[in-house]
Amino acid sequence: MNQAAQATEGHQQHPLTVYLWIWLLLFVLSAFSYMVDYFHLQGMLRWTLILIFMALKAGLIVAIFMHMAWERLALKLAILLPPLCLLVLIGFMAIEGDYTFITRGSAFIR
Amino acid sequence: MAHDAPAAALPPLKQVVADFASDKQSFQVPWGKAMMWIFLLSDTFIFTCFLTAYMNVRMSTMEAWPNPSQVFALHLFGRDIPMILIAIMTFVLITSSGTMALAVNYGYRRDRKRTVLFLSATAALGAMFVGMQAFEWTKLIMEGVRPWENPWGAPQFGSAFFMITGFHGCHVTAGVIYLLVTAKRVASGFYDRKGSYETVEVAGLYWHFVDLVWVFIFAFFYLW
Repeated sequence: MNQAAQATEGHQQHPLTVYLWIWLLLFVLSAFSYMVDYFHLQGMLRWTLILIFMALKAGLIVAIFMHMAWERLALKLAILLPPLCLLVLIGFMAIEGDYTFITRGSAFIR
Repeated sequence: MAHDAPAAALPPLKQVVADFASDKQSFQVPWGKAMMWIFLLSDTFIFTCFLTAYMNVRMSTMEAWPNPSQVFALHLFGRDIPMILIAIMTFVLITSSGTMALAVNYGYRRDRKRTVLFLSATAALGAMFVGMQAFEWTKLIMEGVRPWENPWGAPQFGSAFFMITGFHGCHVTAGVIYLLVTAKRVASGFYDRKGSYETVEVAGLYWHFVDLVWVFIFAFFYLW
C-alpha cells in the first residue's frame, strides 16, 4: 500500500451511524421537496423551498457521502471553487433568455 | 508522510499554499481519487450546461410550459397522483446512495462479504432506477412527446426532457456496470491483494455524483 492510500484509509473511516443519520435526513428532505409539489405551493414560496431543500441535500451528499468535509482544503478549493464560474454562464443565459422572450414578443405579437 | 508532516500542522490557508507551492504532489489523496474528482468537476460543467440551456429555452418560449406535476402524474388506486413515479425514482436513488456509503465503509473495514452485498444492492437499485426511467420515456413517447413537439405546450419541453434525463440515465447505466465490475473485484479478493480498498471509495464518488445530479434535475426540471 502506498503512503497516501494508508493516510486516506485511516482518515476516511467514519462510524456507520454518521451515514445512517445522513441517509435518513436525505429521505426526509426528499419527502419535503415532494410535499412542495403535492400541496401545490406556488410562487416565491415554492421556489424558495425547492432551492433550500435542494441545497441541503446536495450539501449533505458532497460533504458526508463524498467525504468532502474531511478532505484537505487544497482539494476542497480545487473542486468546489471552479463551478462558481458557472454562475456567470447562468446569469448571462438568463439575461439572454429574457431578451429573446422580449424580442419574440415584439416581433410576433402586434 | 515525512515531507508532509510540517504542512499538516499549518493553518488551512497556509496549508493550501504549502501544498501547491512546492515541487511535489499537491493533493494528499490517492491519484485515483483526485482524478475522479476532476472528472466529476468536468461532468458538473456538462450537466450545468444542459440545465442552463433548459432554463434559457424555458424563459424565452412564447408558449406555456407543460406542467410537470400533471405530465408526470400516474393513475394509481383510482386517482391521479402527481409526480409519483419521479418521487419513487428519487427515493430509490437516495437509497442506493445510502447502500453505496455502507459499501465504502465496509470496504475500509475489510469486510469483503458485506462490501459485495452492498455494492450489488446499489447496482440493483441503480438498474431499477433506469428501468423506471425507461417506463417513463415509453409512457411519454406514447402520449406524443417528441424532441420537437408535445400535446401540452412549449415544444422545447421534449428536447430538454430527453436530453437531460437521457444523459443522466446513461450515467446511471454506466455506474451500474462500474459497480458490478468493482463488486466482482472485491469478491475475488483483488483489493485485498492490492492492499487497498480506495477504489471502492472512488466508485462511490461517481455513484454519489449521479445521485447529486438527480437532486438538481429533480428540483429544476420536475419541481420548478
